Amino acid sequence: MKNFNLEKAGWLFMRGSGAVLIVLIFTHLSVNLLSDGGVKAIDFAFVAGKLANPFWQWFDVTLLWLALIHGANGMRTVINDYVLREKFRKGLLVALVASTALLIVMGTLVVFTLDPCPVGSPAELLPSFCPVA
Amino acid sequence: MTTAQASAAKTRIAGTLYRGHEGMWSWVLHRITGIAIYFFLLVHVLDTALVRISPELYNAVMASYKTPVMGLGELGLVAAIVFHAYNGLRIILVDLTGWGTRHQKAMFYVVLAMWAITMLGFAPRHLAHVFGA
Repeated sequence: MKNFNLEKAGWLFMRGSGAVLIVLIFTHLSVNLLSDGGVKAIDFAFVAGKLANPFWQWFDVTLLWLALIHGANGMRTVINDYVLREKFRKGLLVALVASTALLIVMGTLVVFTLDPCPVGSPAELLPSFCPVA
Repeated sequence: MTTAQASAAKTRIAGTLYRGHEGMWSWVLHRITGIAIYFFLLVHVLDTALVRISPELYNAVMASYKTPVMGLGELGLVAAIVFHAYNGLRIILVDLTGWGTRHQKAMFYVVLAMWAITMLGFAPRHLAHVFGA
């Protein structure tokens, strides 16, 4: 592409993803911390119940990707600002890219491969829609 | 300018357009909250991934998020997220509109006011969940 500038693309991405993340994270916090019971209601049954729904699967995966890339790109700026020893700076950037890629792949796999009704688990720990063994 | 005047001007760090003013504090707080949120995000993706291992393990780890100390930590986390969100909108307006730079100081106080209002709504309900019966 003519006139493509990676740093400008990153700058635009921070603003675009930031605006989307506000909607996603405020929704995430409302559903998980403000609904009945708040943080005390979060357990396997709550999470598995949500992730059995394709809407929350795609919601959480979008949130995962955008938050990690937005956060990692911010940390790249911080590392470039403060780490003056060139080898150490490069090493941190490699670790940053590796950890971000690992968490994105792992998180995406968790969302799409979670069995909400694992065999052998006590029914009281599972979502209410699971068949009683 | 005499040499004495020049060195006096050099050592006087206040009185610039930026240093010690709204724009600097906006940048400092955006950076600190961003770094804090990033490290929570790393832990949060890992703790949520435990749903893929077993309901018992996930519930045991989540129990640590429901203690009074962690409840206060969650309040601080949400405070950081809400500031980063509203100040991010301010940055977008400064960058992408013609009038944003002219009103950047006023917008910083709007950010602080919106942050305070949001936290006054969030904190009582969250603290009731954490410390309530």
